[in-house]
Amino acid sequence: MKNSFKKLEKRKLIGGRNNKDRPPRASLPKAPTGIQGLDEITFGGLPRGRPTLICGSPGCGKTLLAVEFLVRGATQYGEPGVFMAFEETEEELTNNVTSLGYDLKGLIARKKLVVDYVHIERSEIEEAGEYDLEGLFVRLGQAIDSIGAKRVALDTIESIFSGLPDPVIVRAELRRLFRWLKTKGVTAIITGERGEGTLTRQGLEEYVSDCVILLDHRVTGQISTRRLRVVKYRGSTHGSNEYPFLIDDEGGLSVLPVTSLGLEHKVSSERVSTGISRLDKMLGGGYFRGSSILVSGTAGTGKGSTAAHFADAACRRGERCLYLASEEGTEQILRNMRSIGIDLAPWVKKGLLRFDATRPTFHGLEMHLLRMHRLIDEFKPKAVIIDPITNYLALGDDLEVKAMLTLLIDFAKMNQITAIFTSLTQGGDYVEQSNIGIYSLMDTWILLRDLEINGERNRGIYVIKSRGMAHSNQICEFLLTDHGAELIDAYLGSEGVLTGSARAAQEGKEKANALERQQDIELKQRELERKRSALEAQIAALRARFAVEKEELEKKISEQESREEEFAENRAKMGRLRKAGSERNAKNRRKGTA
Amino acid sequence: MSAALKSKNSKAVRADSWVLRLYVAGQTPKSLTAFANLKKICTEYLKGQYRIEVIDLLENPQLARGDQILAIPTLVRNLPQPVRKIIGDLSNTERVLVGLDLRPRG
Repeated sequence: MKNSFKKLEKRKLIGGRNNKDRPPRASLPKAPTGIQGLDEITFGGLPRGRPTLICGSPGCGKTLLAVEFLVRGATQYGEPGVFMAFEETEEELTNNVTSLGYDLKGLIARKKLVVDYVHIERSEIEEAGEYDLEGLFVRLGQAIDSIGAKRVALDTIESIFSGLPDPVIVRAELRRLFRWLKTKGVTAIITGERGEGTLTRQGLEEYVSDCVILLDHRVTGQISTRRLRVVKYRGSTHGSNEYPFLIDDEGGLSVLPVTSLGLEHKVSSERVSTGISRLDKMLGGGYFRGSSILVSGTAGTGKGSTAAHFADAACRRGERCLYLASEEGTEQILRNMRSIGIDLAPWVKKGLLRFDATRPTFHGLEMHLLRMHRLIDEFKPKAVIIDPITNYLALGDDLEVKAMLTLLIDFAKMNQITAIFTSLTQGGDYVEQSNIGIYSLMDTWILLRDLEINGERNRGIYVIKSRGMAHSNQICEFLLTDHGAELIDAYLGSEGVLTGSARAAQEGKEKANALERQQDIELKQRELERKRSALEAQIAALRARFAVEKEELEKKISEQESREEEFAENRAKMGRLRKAGSERNAKNRRKGTA
Repeated sequence: MSAALKSKNSKAVRADSWVLRLYVAGQTPKSLTAFANLKKICTEYLKGQYRIEVIDLLENPQLARGDQILAIPTLVRNLPQPVRKIIGDLSNTERVLVGLDLRPRG
C-alpha cells in the first residue's frame, strides 16, 4: 500500500498537472475520447489498447458515452469501432442517438462502424453440458477484422449473466474476453450496471482494472445532475473529483472539468468604458478588460441598466457581447432599455449582441455552466453579462454555486472576457448579505442601493471595491433618465448626504442664498455710485459758486482799475490846467529822482 | 408445434424433417464430444428423420452473428419449428431431449 502510494506520488511529479507541457508518460498511450472535458480529466483519454469499465445506474448515460466514444473515434480520430449491444437492437440504438446528432447508419455504410446486436434470451436456451463463449469471441473478432476496428464497446456485457446459465463459466469467459481484447489491441469500453455496494452488479471491476469510470445521476430539488468520476486509472494520473456532465442535443456528452482552470491567466491593464462616463471617472477610467464585475443592489436600483450601458458601450467599440438573461426575455429587455434611451436592437441586428434568455430552473447548475461555456465558445464575445446571477443560487448549495461561479469567472478571464454579474440583494444592510461569498471572487463591486430620505427612494451608487485601481469613494446619485443613466454628485454637507428632492431643495436654498448675496453686493455698489455722484454734484456746485464769485471779483477789480485810471487822468488834466510850471516842476522832480 | 406433432404421429417421415445445426469453433475436445453425443442421441431418438449440419465458425465467422451464436458448442434446432437452442457439449442427454422437445419440460 505504501509502495503504491509512493509510486503514485512519483507519477504525479512526472506527469502531473503542473507539467502540462510535457506529455504524460510516453509509456502509457491514450486514446482520446473526443468528449468535451473527459480528455482533460483523464489527461489524454482512455488507456489505448485496454478495456475501460464505465459503470453507473440505469439512465446515467453509459450507453451514450460508449456510442460517443466510437462515433468520435470514427469521425475525428480515424479509428473505426465495433458496438456490441446486448440490450438494444441496432435499430433502437440508431434511433436513440439520432436525436443527439449521431448518424450511425451513415457510419455503418461507410464501414466506420459495426453495430452487432447480441440477442440472448434465457428461456430460449437450454444448457446441456459444458460450454464456452468462443462464439462471442469469433463474432467480435470478425466484426473487428471486417472494418479494422480500433475501438470496441460492449454494452452491457452483464446481460450475459442473466442470459446464460452457469455464472462460473461466464465469469471465466469474460476474464478471458478482456485479456483477448488486450491482445487484439483495441481500446474497449465495457459498461456495467451499478450494484449494491459494488461498482457493478457482477463485480466486473475485478476484471477490468485499467480504468474505471463511474457515472451518477442524482436528482436534488427536482433538478437532475449527472456526475462523472474516474475511480481509477492504472498508470496515469487523473482528476479525482466528481465532475458534472450533461447530455444534450448540441454536442452529446460534455464533462465539466472543475479543476482544469487555474489562476494563471493573462491580466490586462487596458480599461474599457462602463458606458456611463461619470462611472468611468469614479473607477479612474473604466473596468479592466477581462475583469469580473459585480453589480449588486436591491430590486429596481438600476442593475440591469448599468449592465445594458456596458453592453451598449462594448458594441459601440465593435466588440461582441453576450447577454445571458434569466429573468426577462429578450424583447422585454430591449423594450425596457429603450425606455431609458439605450437602444440595443441595432446591435442585435448587427450580430454584435446576442441574448440568451433561459429560466434558471430549466436546467441544473452544470447544464447552465456548460451552456454558457458553449455559447461563449461559439460566439466568442469580449463581454458577457449575466443578469442576474442570483437566480442561479437556488440551484445548488453554496459550495456548488461558488464552484460554478469560480469556473465561469476563470473561464471568462482566460478568454479575456469582461464579465458583469448582476446580483439581486435583499436589502437592508450596508453590505448586503454576502450570499455565498461571491463578492470575494469579483474584481470590481459596484453597489446600487436605495437611499430613503424624507419619504423618498432614490438610487445611490458606490464603488465598494475595485482591485488594482484607485477608485472614487464617493456616493453618487444614480438617475435613470430618458437618455440613459446619469450619475450626479449627491449633496454632501453639514446636513449629510442628500438626494432626490431633498438635494434639489438644498440646491434651491443655496441658489436663493447666492442670489441674495448678489443683490446685496449690487445694492452696495449702487450706494457707492450714488455717493460718488452726490460728491461730484457738490463739487460742481462749489465750482459754479466759485465761478460766480470769481467773475464778480474780477469785475470789481476791473472797475477798480478803470476808476484808478480815471483818477490819474483827472489829476493830469488838473495839472495841465495849472500850467507848465507845474509841469516843469513835475519834470524836474522826475529828473532829480532819476 | 404442429410440425413436431406430425413428425411424431406419422410414420412416413422424410429424412430432413429434423434439421439440426451444431455450431463449433475448430476441432476442440468440447466440439468433438458434442458431436459424438448428438450423433448418439439422434440415432436413438430420431432414427432416419434427421440431418445434422456442423458449422465451424472459424471457417464462417459471419454466421455467428446471423444465427445469434455466443456459446460454443451450440446446437440449433432449425426444424421442426420453433427454433430451439441448446448450449454445451450435450453430455446431459436428459436436458438435450428436453431442449429438443422430445421430452416434456419440468
